[in-house]
Amino acid sequence: MIRFAWLQFRMQAALTAAALTIVAVVLALTGLELAHLYDTTVAICAAHHDCSAATTNFTAADGPLQVFSDFLLLAVPLLIGMFWGAPLVSREFEAGTFRLAWTQGVTRSRWLAVKLGLGAVASAAIAGLLSLMVSWWSSQLDQVNANPFDSLRFGVRGVVPIGYAAFAFALGLTAGLIFRRMLPAMLAALVGFVAVREAVTAWVRPYLFTPLHQSLPITTATPVSIDQTSPGIIKAFESTRGISLPDAWVYSAKIVDQAGHTPTTSFLSRACPLGNYGPLNPRDCTARLAAKFHQLVTYQPGSRYWPMQWCELAIFLSLSIVLGGFCFWWIRRPVT
Amino acid sequence: MTAVIETNDLGKQYGRKWALRDCTLSIPEGKVIGLVGPNGAGKTTLLSLAVGLLTPTRGSITVLAGRPGDGPAQLEKVGFVAQDTPAYAGLSVGKHLLMGAYLNANWDQQLAKRRIDQLGLDLRQKAGSLSGGQRAQLALTMAIAKQPELLLLDEPLASLDPLARREFLQGLMEIVASHGISVMLSSHLIADLERVCDYLVLLVASHIQLAGEITELLATHHRLSGSRRDPRSLPSSHEVIEESHTDKQSTFLVRTDQPILDPAWTVRPVTLDELVLAYMGQAHNPRPGRRSALGVVS
Repeated sequence: MIRFAWLQFRMQAALTAAALTIVAVVLALTGLELAHLYDTTVAICAAHHDCSAATTNFTAADGPLQVFSDFLLLAVPLLIGMFWGAPLVSREFEAGTFRLAWTQGVTRSRWLAVKLGLGAVASAAIAGLLSLMVSWWSSQLDQVNANPFDSLRFGVRGVVPIGYAAFAFALGLTAGLIFRRMLPAMLAALVGFVAVREAVTAWVRPYLFTPLHQSLPITTATPVSIDQTSPGIIKAFESTRGISLPDAWVYSAKIVDQAGHTPTTSFLSRACPLGNYGPLNPRDCTARLAAKFHQLVTYQPGSRYWPMQWCELAIFLSLSIVLGGFCFWWIRRPVT
Repeated sequence: MTAVIETNDLGKQYGRKWALRDCTLSIPEGKVIGLVGPNGAGKTTLLSLAVGLLTPTRGSITVLAGRPGDGPAQLEKVGFVAQDTPAYAGLSVGKHLLMGAYLNANWDQQLAKRRIDQLGLDLRQKAGSLSGGQRAQLALTMAIAKQPELLLLDEPLASLDPLARREFLQGLMEIVASHGISVMLSSHLIADLERVCDYLVLLVASHIQLAGEITELLATHHRLSGSRRDPRSLPSSHEVIEESHTDKQSTFLVRTDQPILDPAWTVRPVTLDELVLAYMGQAHNPRPGRRSALGVVS
């Protein structure tokens, strides 16, 4: 059965391998240039005291390729789900060839096991290779840009793309098995994958690990701004900008006192009398706030980056396995 | 005598509609079975049940003493040519043979190659560019090369022109003669199958209307004509399948094991064609209490 599955799959495999090779060559050539640019500008900028210009210049390098490589990693799981997973079984139904395939000397379950296994492994391998290439290519850019937890960047680096690709493939295959038509299956794979991926990003990833809290003093560097939301109501504007926790994912930064209370309106109007454009005297305002209050930062430390990556990979692989199990149950049902 | 296909009260339901019902059959080994019936009578359903693509809603079906589709050994015992002979359009003829070789333990590659050669097919040609007849031959080759004990063919002649039909049936008969396998093939026209079959299963409106050895069926059915008579005046051993009356004359198609002794009748043998038509007509004008008695021949 493996040989037969390969017989049907090898054309697609060859095309994909060719595409991957092209991407690899482009990234290798430009990646070496990028590394060279980094070594000759950003790495030695401290000595020349022009780091901001050097980093700005560096992060702008290969701009289109940066966008493209991120886009590629976003798109590849979707493409796999829609163009590999969804047609795999639905096309057999549309062409009637399931009646040929399922009446040979191999049971349907075995047929599915090989198709599913081969496809899932190939999908995972492609996404893994691509992520590895892009992660290497952009390693120095990522260092300069900081924030590895950025919701876009987290999903296009490391090991999570492997899980996305395997899941998208399994989802497409499941949809094809249920709908038995290619177009609805492709559509279901598209919508389903985007929905699950977004849901995990927004509602699962932030809660995988209980966030840490840290108190930071309010200094003149803290971007405290006072906001008069409506006449008579003044509140301290909470900002996560300027918080120096390297590579951390900062959820929130609140201004609170020892007991955990936020500044009252009356305190703020006394400490920070407002002029036409915010506090009359920002320096005094900050000093008075700092005497009584501090910033309470809720965050995930940078050291949790890889545990979170593996966790999310595990989630998507588990979802893929659940879908696979469903397919095995479903395919035993009679067909017309 | 072992049965190649044995069904007991077999039924298959789609939604609320029964595609096949009350089907009880026992077909002996080594026959060429013609499965005849109008379109939508349930022929494909019965064949799909026999190969294991479908599972029964009720009753049971046993094929070569096993449950259809139950494991690779059972799958290999049954060769199947599906309706419209599906093939992978993007795979060549040679790749289809490879597929058969990869998926069937008893595959006879020499036999397959020899047949493809005889048919004048190019191994490199994509299945998508084959004519209907060529594709049917490829499908038949694949079904034979796996060396099954039973060959099931669903409307194999439908897409073929008369010449291709003859060649297809010729090829089939050679296989039956040389391999001694049982074959069941369906068609909505009895004329297609008359020359090759020795067993008939007639399906009408999801029910088995008639089943039996063709020689036996022909020997037990007679057309009687004579002066006008009430069918109730016939002996009880005569089962009336069809009757027609004019002012003076009556004609009956009867089924009976007994010799017909009444000298008032002119007795004529029936052709298979007439027989099938009569039973189809009977299905459309059923008489209470008669149908169930006729449906089953064991």
